Amino acid sequence: MKIPLSWLKDYVDIELPPAEFAKRVTDAIAEVEGWELIGAQWDPKLVRVAEVLTVEPHPNADRLRLATVDAGEGPCTVVCGAPNVAAGQKVAFAAEGAMLIDGHTGKLSELKLRAIRGVESAGMVLSEKELGLSDEHEGILVLSEDAAISTPLVEVIGDVVFDVSTWANRADLLGILGFAREVAAVTGEELRQPDLSHSQSDRQVGDFVSVTNEAPDLCLRFTASIIEDVQVGPSPPWMQQRLVRAGMRPINNVVDVTNYVMLETGQPLHAFDYERVRGSEIGPRRAHEGEILTTLDEVERDLDSEMLMICDGEGPVAVAGIMGAENSEVSESTSTVLLEVANFQPGSIRRTSTRLRLRSEASLRFEKGIGPELAPFAQARAMCLLEGLAGGRPATGLVDSFPSPLPSSPIALPAARIEQVLGISIEPAEVIRILLALGFEVSETGGVFQVTPPFWRTDVALPDDLVEELIRIYGYEKLPTTVLRGALPEVPPRPLERVRERVRSSAAGLGFQEVVSYTLTSSEILGRVVAADDQERGQPLAATNPVASQHTYLRTSLRGSLLTAYSANRRHEDVAMRLFEVGFEYIPAQSTLPQERPVLCAVLGGQRLERWKRAGTESLDFFDAKGAIETLLEDLGVEGIFTAEEQFGLLAGHTAAISVGDESVGVVAQVYPDVAATFDIEEPVFLFELWLEPLTRVIPDRPDYGPPSRYPEARRDLALLVPADMPAAPLLDVIRTHRVRGVRITVDVFDEYRGEGVPPGQKSLALAVRFRAEDRTLGEKEVSRIEQGLLRRLEKDLGATLRA
Amino acid sequence: MSTIEAEVDSLRAEALEELARADSEAEQDVWRAQWLGRKDGRLTLHLRSLKDAPPEQRAAFGKSLNDLKATLEGELEARREAARAAAIAALSTEAVLDVTLPGRPQSLGRLHPVTQTMNDCIDAFADMGFQVFEGPEVEWARYNFDAVRIPEDHPARDMWDTIWIDTLIDGERNMLLRTHTSPNQIRVMEQSDPPMRVIVPGKCYRQEATDATHEWMLTQIEGLAVDEGVRMSDLKGALYAFARRLFGDERQIIFHHSYFPFVEPGVEMAIDCFLCRADGSNCRTCHGTGWIEILGAGMVHPEIIENAGYDSSRYTGFAFGVGIERVAMLRWGIEDIRHFYQNDLRFLRQF
Repeated sequence: MKIPLSWLKDYVDIELPPAEFAKRVTDAIAEVEGWELIGAQWDPKLVRVAEVLTVEPHPNADRLRLATVDAGEGPCTVVCGAPNVAAGQKVAFAAEGAMLIDGHTGKLSELKLRAIRGVESAGMVLSEKELGLSDEHEGILVLSEDAAISTPLVEVIGDVVFDVSTWANRADLLGILGFAREVAAVTGEELRQPDLSHSQSDRQVGDFVSVTNEAPDLCLRFTASIIEDVQVGPSPPWMQQRLVRAGMRPINNVVDVTNYVMLETGQPLHAFDYERVRGSEIGPRRAHEGEILTTLDEVERDLDSEMLMICDGEGPVAVAGIMGAENSEVSESTSTVLLEVANFQPGSIRRTSTRLRLRSEASLRFEKGIGPELAPFAQARAMCLLEGLAGGRPATGLVDSFPSPLPSSPIALPAARIEQVLGISIEPAEVIRILLALGFEVSETGGVFQVTPPFWRTDVALPDDLVEELIRIYGYEKLPTTVLRGALPEVPPRPLERVRERVRSSAAGLGFQEVVSYTLTSSEILGRVVAADDQERGQPLAATNPVASQHTYLRTSLRGSLLTAYSANRRHEDVAMRLFEVGFEYIPAQSTLPQERPVLCAVLGGQRLERWKRAGTESLDFFDAKGAIETLLEDLGVEGIFTAEEQFGLLAGHTAAISVGDESVGVVAQVYPDVAATFDIEEPVFLFELWLEPLTRVIPDRPDYGPPSRYPEARRDLALLVPADMPAAPLLDVIRTHRVRGVRITVDVFDEYRGEGVPPGQKSLALAVRFRAEDRTLGEKEVSRIEQGLLRRLEKDLGATLRA
Repeated sequence: MSTIEAEVDSLRAEALEELARADSEAEQDVWRAQWLGRKDGRLTLHLRSLKDAPPEQRAAFGKSLNDLKATLEGELEARREAARAAAIAALSTEAVLDVTLPGRPQSLGRLHPVTQTMNDCIDAFADMGFQVFEGPEVEWARYNFDAVRIPEDHPARDMWDTIWIDTLIDGERNMLLRTHTSPNQIRVMEQSDPPMRVIVPGKCYRQEATDATHEWMLTQIEGLAVDEGVRMSDLKGALYAFARRLFGDERQIIFHHSYFPFVEPGVEMAIDCFLCRADGSNCRTCHGTGWIEILGAGMVHPEIIENAGYDSSRYTGFAFGVGIERVAMLRWGIEDIRHFYQNDLRFLRQF
């Protein structure tokens, strides 16, 4: 909402400079988003009010005229090209040296006088454009007649226009009067009310129009007045100026008055041409399903039966509280105005304007809730202005349908509640001062305040609402900083969070960069990494109204996000990349919210960095991915079992499922090259996933601790021949689980070899086998005996033989 | 001089002369084998032949040879020591490194700046006794709006532009991407009893156009404390501690009036601008006001306390919501929020 300071000052004195004022308002009332200074560049000595005394033709130019003006220093001659300059006008006059907007360049520049067609000019009579008020430069700006000659222009039409963002529950702040009331409460100044006085003719409103309210649930009040003998024409400059500064377009004096009173009081009004209201009757009713109405913006509106219309004797003339129709609009020929000031159920207005996608200044106010008692106030104010500015003659009275006025009930606010909520007490006198200033009725007995909200504060219903009123005006800066007291809550275990944060920091420690991707993706990207017939992941949830089509589907896999990030970065990274993300797979569920499955997904690939930080000849491979995941699992205190696996989008023979105990906890693989290619990745790229939920079920609470052995271990290196297609895992399992009294056997693979010296169809695995006893040093002979036993078992169980 | 002594002297002279010529470690090893080798070192052989020497000379000859052996071993050790010292000295003279050359590259990973900032926020509140709770990103409309006092057809819904899910559950229940973490105030109160002190981190979503300060996916941390005797001054104290922890010990905070349907009173909190220090310049961050808004907060609305089954005349609470991206932008001077989820390594590697 735009609030011109000059207008605000009609109701409350304000001495604060704009920045200070803005801060006080933001602290206590509503957020000032900025302000515009009007006339800051007008030098008070050089840009002043002048009166046009005479206007003569220019001797040498048909289009120019010579105006004699007086700016307080006697008559002087000004060459003027404006067609609207006329004797008797008050105008804005600039002397040489004034800073003005140049009509041609649009830039601020200093006024330099020169002879125009042979006539010297003593100054310049200004248009709105030169003053920086608008682009209007066809005619000069004509000021109000009561502007005094030689007054600095900035004092007459200079201003500060504040841009204020108000709240969704405060319709009263969308009226400058309501805003002024808050300012007065903050600064302690007095609030002045606008003039409501107007005459009443000897005719009764009821003789002109009758009102029928067919929907008292949606229309809480409907008032109508009649103003006869209205002269429709432009509204006076001061009113037009205020409307423009508040962001509205002047139309004619009748419409301008309705807009002006709305901006002033917060109450929307609608003026009808009485002659065009058929049947001398008007009132609200629900629309028929499918009924059509063309609104003032020339759009046909399809209505439904929960939408409220205003109808005359023959049909609809407005969508209630939102916008009028063309058929009853006030025009140049209007002489009798029917002024509707009504009040509607806020939710209904909100619903209708949402369904029709039609927001208006009126609907924005109605939907926030306006007290129905405001209607007669706005009627009186509008009649006062129409009488004064358009020569109208108000008929006596109002037609007023107000089916169920709600009695205002006081709210009991114990002083103790203030302290309970805030942590400080506020002196009773200050409580009363603040509430009175905001328009509340208040009395105090026995430490309890009885507070009745004014009709315009439909947002205030509970004691705590009043506590807010008090503290914001009293000043949040007076609130001390204290520490929470009392017992600490119990701490439930958070196993998932523990695992997730552990693997997250470990992954970074292993050289992987964390990324965070949008969780909404496209069906195309998901389709590259998820099989269409995948029971869990193939039917992702979609957004009804995505921000963009590539962000429509909730991802059921992180793989597409990571591959996209990998590909995008490959454009400027020429060496190995390791990326990971921790996020959710959103798996649709029956009859409930989707399952949000936490996953760590990583991709890696590219050429290893060499000594000089350039891409080396060796690329990352499957075992880099596997090594990383082994280390992540080791950090969690578990060991993964890797078994060959085939999965959509992953290269068969280069894919392993990972399990720990009975739980499947992830996968590691090379991405199928054709899939990688759909992401424009032409090199081998690898990925792994860790599924965090099942992991929480298998990781130990604490490490399986044992003291370091005091006895040395014995190492034997063995080269075993096994069938080429036999995985190493079972071999290692046999060795690890080989039991000999009190001896612990561990094993590591340190080479895999095929080729010369190894029979075709076989491979050689080089193993480092370590033997350790807990209670003694193992001797040569004992180690050899255990080793022989182990070899016999490997040959018997798996056909592995010692390589010669 | 006896022949024995002469013979030992000549052996000594010869051995030492050869040792003097053995500069390298390898030559010294050869020399050692030649003279002191266990099998056939020349001195070893002499010592072994002692038993053939005339008995009256045996003792003297033996002593001379053993002295010689000690001398040779000592000299060898000295030579080796000198050689090691020379080699080490050479490292600092002949094999000097250009220490300005780059180091051998190691792989470094980092946490995303939003993760880092979130962790710091969580730590700050954890130190005040707050525990982490998490709730779903895909949320019921009822929790996201109705339960936090934002009914349908209320203009407060305009405060959160919503991305809706196109699937209706059981033909009537609407799902959406939560627009804020506040529905978890309700979830927490449903699942636990006072005293409660929780923080809820997580992603939120808004149906809005992006620009330098708006992103449709964002990260929030919600805070909630409910107990007997929780006061708004406690809220101010908790947020003050948080602001100092994240933005420096000299930070000041202010509250100003705001409106969120689920709190009463409602405020926004600003910190004093540490970039311009309110020097009157045209500061890009605080727009010259000297204050930077960083979060919304307030006292939990008594209706929400009642709806959760607690007596609002006894129990009070506070709640707050912090935008993590905003905090991260302020700490690091990041000019455009859209950097966060583009995953450009040139951005991410800077934090």
